[in-house]
Amino acid sequence: MPLLVMRDIEKRFQGVHALAKASLEVEPAEIMALIGQNGAGKSTMIKVLTGANARDAGIIEFDGKPVAFRSPQEAQRGGVSTIFQEVNLVPFRSVTENIFLGREHRRFGLLDWPRMNKEAAELLHRFAVDIEVRRPLMDFSTAIQQMVAIARAVSFKAKLVIMDEPTSSLDEREVAVLFDVMRQLRREGVAVIFVSHRLDELFEVCDRVTIMRDGRTAMTSRMADIDKLRLVSAMLGRDLESVRKSGATGFTAAATTAGAEVLAAEGLRIGRRVRDARVEVRAGQIVGLAGLLGSGRTETARAIFGADPPDAGVIRLRGQTVQLKTPADAIALGVGYCSEDRKADGIVPDMSVRENLTLAILPRLVAMGVVDENKQRAIVDKFMKRLDIKASSPEQRIRELSGGNQQKVLLARWLCADPKLLILDEPTRGIDVGAKAEIQALIRELADQGLGVLMISSELEEIVEGADRVFVLSDGRTVADLPRDQVTAPALMAAMAHVEMLERETTGG
Amino acid sequence: MVDAPIAARGRRNLGVAVFFRRYAALAGLVVLLAFNFAVTPNFASLQTLNVNLTQVAEIVIVSVGMTLVISTGGIDLSVGSLMAIAGALAPLIFLSPFGAAFPILGDALAFVVPVVVATLLGLFNGWFITRFQVQPIVGTLVMFIAGRGIGQVLTNGNLQVFHNPVFQFIGLGRIFGAPFQVIIMLIAVGLAAWMLRRTLFGRHVLAVGGNERAARLSGVPVDRVKQFVYAISGLCAGVAGLVVISINSSSDANLVGLGMELDAIAAVAVGGTPFTGGQANVIGSMVGALLIQLLRYTLLANGVPDAAALVVKGVIIAGAVWSQQRGRTA
Repeated sequence: MPLLVMRDIEKRFQGVHALAKASLEVEPAEIMALIGQNGAGKSTMIKVLTGANARDAGIIEFDGKPVAFRSPQEAQRGGVSTIFQEVNLVPFRSVTENIFLGREHRRFGLLDWPRMNKEAAELLHRFAVDIEVRRPLMDFSTAIQQMVAIARAVSFKAKLVIMDEPTSSLDEREVAVLFDVMRQLRREGVAVIFVSHRLDELFEVCDRVTIMRDGRTAMTSRMADIDKLRLVSAMLGRDLESVRKSGATGFTAAATTAGAEVLAAEGLRIGRRVRDARVEVRAGQIVGLAGLLGSGRTETARAIFGADPPDAGVIRLRGQTVQLKTPADAIALGVGYCSEDRKADGIVPDMSVRENLTLAILPRLVAMGVVDENKQRAIVDKFMKRLDIKASSPEQRIRELSGGNQQKVLLARWLCADPKLLILDEPTRGIDVGAKAEIQALIRELADQGLGVLMISSELEEIVEGADRVFVLSDGRTVADLPRDQVTAPALMAAMAHVEMLERETTGG
Repeated sequence: MVDAPIAARGRRNLGVAVFFRRYAALAGLVVLLAFNFAVTPNFASLQTLNVNLTQVAEIVIVSVGMTLVISTGGIDLSVGSLMAIAGALAPLIFLSPFGAAFPILGDALAFVVPVVVATLLGLFNGWFITRFQVQPIVGTLVMFIAGRGIGQVLTNGNLQVFHNPVFQFIGLGRIFGAPFQVIIMLIAVGLAAWMLRRTLFGRHVLAVGGNERAARLSGVPVDRVKQFVYAISGLCAGVAGLVVISINSSSDANLVGLGMELDAIAAVAVGGTPFTGGQANVIGSMVGALLIQLLRYTLLANGVPDAAALVVKGVIIAGAVWSQQRGRTA
C-alpha cells in the first residue's frame, strides 16, 4: 500500500489553475523525485500536501487515512516534514535547541540540557555529522544546517520527508553527504520526496520520478527505466528530436567580436573573502566568473556594483577609474546587477510586476517628482512581450509568479535601463529547463547587440558553452584567465583545483 | 495562457479578500454610525459631526506621518514629544516682545518655526536610525524621552496661556463652516495618498518597506528615503501640536501630545497598514482614527465611563487586526 496518495488535486490562484487533476503516489521507504519546469506545480503540490495552501479539490491519503493538514506544523506532527531551500531554523540558537525546539525534554520542570545535547549528537551521528551541538547553528555551513533540519525532521518520527531543492546551495562534497543521509533515511523506512533541477542528482539517488507539467502529472517512472533525454522531453512536453538537436544550454556561439573595454577591475580586496581579484569585460562579450563556493565570486560582483565597496583595488568602467559607494553610483554609470538570491535581494514581493520591473529606472520616468505611468506601462508592455513574461497582468503581484518569470522580470529591470555592463549572479539558478534555455539565449542575444556581460555560474556547462572568456577565482584570488578556445570543463576544474593544491603545499611546507 | 473570463473571475475573488482587509474599519465605522443614528440622542446634527471631526483631526494628521513611517517597516514613538516642542515654541514666539512689536511677522513665525523645528527633529530621528543602524523603536525612543524634556525646558515647565485669534485660526477657525484643522487633515491625507501612489518618493517608500535590500540594489537611496519619512512624521506632529494648543488657548509641555504616538499607531493598525512594511493605507488610517473616536463618543454619549471606553478601544484594535489577517489568508 502506498504511503502517500494524492489524487485529482486542484488548486487555483486568482482563477488560474496552478494544479489541475495532479496526482502523486509515494511508497514507503522510497526516494521519489518530483520534477518539472517552474510553474509546473511542484511547489504548489507540496504546499497543498503540507497544508501551507488549501486545496480546491482532490483526495490526499497518508498512511492509509485521508488527511487535510491545515499547516506545515500539523503536517509535521502527522509525520510529514519539509526541508526548505532556505533553512527555516533559528540561527542564533544552538544546534540542540533547533532540533528540540517546541518539545524540549524537561526534568523537575527545568530543561534537561545534558540529555538533549546527547540525543542531538547521537541523532546527527547517525547521518555521519559529528559537530559540537552546543554551538549556535549559524556557525555552521548551509549543508550542516540542512543536516540539522533533516535530523529535526527525523526526530519528529517523520514517515515522509520533503526536500525542496536542498542541493542548490551545496557544493559537490556536501551533496554527496546529503545523498548518504537520504539513503540512510530510506534504510530506516522513511520515504523522501526530492525536488531538484539537477538531473544527474536524480539518477544518483532516486528510485522513481514524477514529472509535472502545466499543473498536471505528466509521467511517473522508475528511474532505471528512463534516460535523461526522456526526462527533459517529458518536462518540456517537446518531442525527443527537438531536444536532441539543441545543446545542453541555450547558448550559441558569439556572433560578433569583442569591442571596447567596459570593465576592468584589478587587485580587488574585500574583507577576508576576496584577496586579489581581477576581471575584464569588453562590449559584446560574455565573461564567465567561475570558482567553487566561497571563492569570492559574489563578493567581487557586489564590489563592482558598489554594493560593498572594496578595501583595495582599482575599478575602471569604460576607461574611467571610478569610486563606487552605492549601487546607485554604478547604475548611473550603466551597470546592472542581478543577484543570486531573488527573494532576498531581487523582488519586492508585494509590488506588482510593473513596479518591480521599473524599480531601477523609476527616476528616469519622473517629471516633477511624479511618475509618468503611461511611459511606465509602455516600457513594461514592451519588456513583458520581449522576454515572454507570463503573468495574468502587469498588475499581478510578483510573489505569485514562478521563479523563472520572476527572474525574467528582474532581468527586464536592468535591460530597460539600457546598461553597458550587466552582472548576472547565477542567472539560471532554481529555474526550469525551458526558461533556463530562454534566458541563456537572451543573454547571448544581448551580448551580440553590444552588451558586456559578467556571468557567475556554478554550472560548468553554462560557463563552457556561454562564456567568451573566463576568470577563475579560488580562495579570493583570480587564478586563471582563459580565452574562449581554452574554456573546457577539464581546464576549468584544473584551474580551480590546481591552486588549492599549491596553497596546501605552501602552507604545509 | 490565461483566458479572459477566468482572469476576470480571479479578480473578483481577490476583490473579496482585499475588501475584507482594506475596508473592515470602514464597515465598522458604518455600523457604528447606523447604531448612533438609531440610539444616541441628537446624533444627527452638524454640531456632533464637528465635535467628532475636530477631536479626531490631530490624531489623523499625526497618523498620516505614522503611516508613512510604518510602511517603511519603522515606527515613530517621538510624535507626541514633537507636538509638545512645537506647542511650546509657538507661544514663546508670538508672546515675545518681538512678536508683540511685529504681530503679523510674529504670528507667521509662530506657524513656521515650530513646524520647521519639528521637521528637523524628525529628520534627526531618521539620520540617527540610518546612520547608526538603530532599531526605529529605540531610535525614536530617544526623542520620545528627550523631546518632552526639551519642551519643558523651553517653557521652564510653565503653562503658557494666550489669546491670539489670528494664530488660533488653525484650531478654532472655520472655512465655509468646516473647522480649519479638518481641512488641514483632509489635505494631509489626500496629499499623502497621492504621493504614495504617484510620485517617485512614494514608490521608493513602499519599495524600501517591501524589500530594503532589493531596493538598495536597484539604486533606491534607502537611507535618504527613511530620513525623509521621519521628517514628514515630524512635520505632521508639528502641525498637530499647533492645532492642539490653539484649541486649548494654552500650551503645557507636560500634556500636549501625551500618548499621541499610541493613538496614531492604533489608527494605523485599525486602518489596515501592515506593520511589516511595503504597504500603506493612509485613508485607512483616517478611517481607523474616526472609528476609534466615534466609538469613544458613542460610549460617552450613552453614559459609559471613559475607563470602560479604553477597554473597548483595545478590543476594537484586536478585532481590526484579526479581520485583516483573515482578509490576507482568504
